[in-house]
Amino acid sequence: MNKSLLANEVMPNAEGFFGKYGGRFVPPMLEPIMQEITEAYEKIKDDPVFKEELYYLQKHYTGRPSPVFHAKNLSDKLGGAQIYLKREDLNHTGAHKINHCLGEALLAKKMGKAKIIAESGAGQHGVALATAAALVGLECDIHMGEVDIYKEHPNVVRMRILGANVIPATHGLKTLKEAVDSAFEAYLTDPVNQLYAIGSVVGPHPFPMMVRDFQAVIGREAKEQFQEMTGKLPDNLVACVGGGSNAIGLFTAFLDDADVNIYGVEPAGTSFETGDHAATLKLGKPGMIHGFKCYLLQNEQGEPAPVNTVASGLDYPGVGPQHSYLKDIERVNYETINDKEAIDAFMKLARQEGIIPALESSHAVAYALKLAAKLPKDQTILVNLSGRGDKDIDYVVEKFGKEYGIEE
Amino acid sequence: MNRLQQLFRDKKDICSVYFTAGYPNIDDTLPVLKALEDAGTDLVELGMPFSDPLADGPTIQASSEQALENGMSIKRLFEQIKDMRQTISMPVVLMGYFNPVFKYGIENFIAKCKEVGVDGLILPDLPFDEYREKYLELFEEAGIANIFLITPQTSDERIKLIDANSNGFIYVVSSASVTGAKKEVEQGQINYFNRVNNIGLQSPRLIGFGISNRSTFKTACQHASGAIIGSAFVKLIGEHGAEGSKIEEFIKSIK
Ligand SMILES: Cc1ncc(COP(=O)(O)O)c(C=O)c1O
Repeated sequence: MNKSLLANEVMPNAEGFFGKYGGRFVPPMLEPIMQEITEAYEKIKDDPVFKEELYYLQKHYTGRPSPVFHAKNLSDKLGGAQIYLKREDLNHTGAHKINHCLGEALLAKKMGKAKIIAESGAGQHGVALATAAALVGLECDIHMGEVDIYKEHPNVVRMRILGANVIPATHGLKTLKEAVDSAFEAYLTDPVNQLYAIGSVVGPHPFPMMVRDFQAVIGREAKEQFQEMTGKLPDNLVACVGGGSNAIGLFTAFLDDADVNIYGVEPAGTSFETGDHAATLKLGKPGMIHGFKCYLLQNEQGEPAPVNTVASGLDYPGVGPQHSYLKDIERVNYETINDKEAIDAFMKLARQEGIIPALESSHAVAYALKLAAKLPKDQTILVNLSGRGDKDIDYVVEKFGKEYGIEE
Repeated sequence: MNRLQQLFRDKKDICSVYFTAGYPNIDDTLPVLKALEDAGTDLVELGMPFSDPLADGPTIQASSEQALENGMSIKRLFEQIKDMRQTISMPVVLMGYFNPVFKYGIENFIAKCKEVGVDGLILPDLPFDEYREKYLELFEEAGIANIFLITPQTSDERIKLIDANSNGFIYVVSSASVTGAKKEVEQGQINYFNRVNNIGLQSPRLIGFGISNRSTFKTACQHASGAIIGSAFVKLIGEHGAEGSKIEEFIKSIK
């Protein structure tokens, strides 16, 4: 494995490329808008006032630093490596998404925008952005597929309570991809007064860079906390990968630590054969989606393929450009976990540690369980527990309640 | 001299039409092309449908979706237009998004364009720098024009650079918006057309986005070699299919 890369290399380059991935493959109407955001972000990111403001909110509003917890019961029962959890589920709003939403809302405010807009699939990013918008005093429009609006009703209600408008995307499959189309379209009608805050480390430059920078707090904290607890660096890192924001958030602080093995976990869904999965890095081929180049699940015609997993937050046919790059240079290993394994890990963590994880995060836990079983007791695994599972309980009970003796 | 150069040398008030291939029925592509030629259209942008058309408004998005549902693909398109040069003499350029072309293979794609008599290509999401670095030579060798879009936000400096690397025409997007039929041309847009005209470009220009009727067409023609009608025409064939008399009536109502 080639771990000696990117040591002090600056990623991405000035055009937003991570190796051959990323960039800005957008129609010319969007190009100057992306450039404006890039320049505003470059200007603000090292500004002490901005940093202080963000730090204050992270500490007193989000509740950072989130703790690192040694999942001793889980580890002991397996008899293998020691599993630790970075508790992003304990953040305000219940997931890591708030980390970049606060950053982007502050940026929008500084740029003099009146409104912040975004797409949302499961509604997690939408809720986090609506929260940040309410806090800093911005209007907020969340574009969501009509199908998802129906499926994710509780989150839609949360957004509305927070004062956001939920705008239905009514074309095509009426899910996440259409929500992105709809948000871009709305954005183009008034780029002067709005800022688009995309939901992960995806989209045209500068989003993959900017969202990563805001999420990197996860790894910076975890590194310090872990060393304090154990006197060492973790031997292994594990995080789930949808677009890849929580994963890159944890990984960034450790990329130069050649002895740390890093694992990104994608959803294998129910079947690789029928295409019911979203294992982009495992089965995709390089292509362009939503303005950037990355591994992409696509059909023979170059159309993004439909994706399917129990975790709606992982349901995306593309993936962050930096992950695409980290796969090619073999710094990070990208593995898969299927629906069944994820549900199993969800129940195990709930019953052995009293923590109900998000179904997305359950993919990371499931892989950690597999990995731990193969490793000696003195090895350590740090898992990013990206979110809590409250949003998923109805679904889990409905589909798997019987199997786990929750409902007859 | 190729078909595009000849057109821009010989004609003004060029009436150019965009429509989505494979819409409303999959095999309407060639009949619509033929009807447009018979009705006196000067140039056609033939749209290759894609499910993520970031630059397109609702009308064209919906037509793309329908075309894809009909089973439309680049492969199918090349089959449909393989003999078009037996009946179609106006220039035809293909317009679409980069990923399907990238997936098809750019070398193959360009070779195929040349073989069937396509004159140029418009790929709004292919960045100019990426084109210049990786594909310019390929296009030039095959004699396929690559056509770039400029918008009110594009700087003079950028426009000059695009001009120097263009060999067909420049597509002047009338507003910083997505496609869609509009009723009027606004003063701000006219100021922008004047700015572009005062740069002193060598490439001819066509104005597109929001051109829907005789009034917007004529206004646009005062500021460029001609104009491109998209959504309004797509709406028409959505209602009437490849019906020649309706298409003729439409073109006559514009020109
Ligand atoms: C809890 C949680 N984890 C992970 C993800 C996946 O996103 P990413 O890969 O960007 O971290 C989501 C997305 O909604 C999420 O809600």
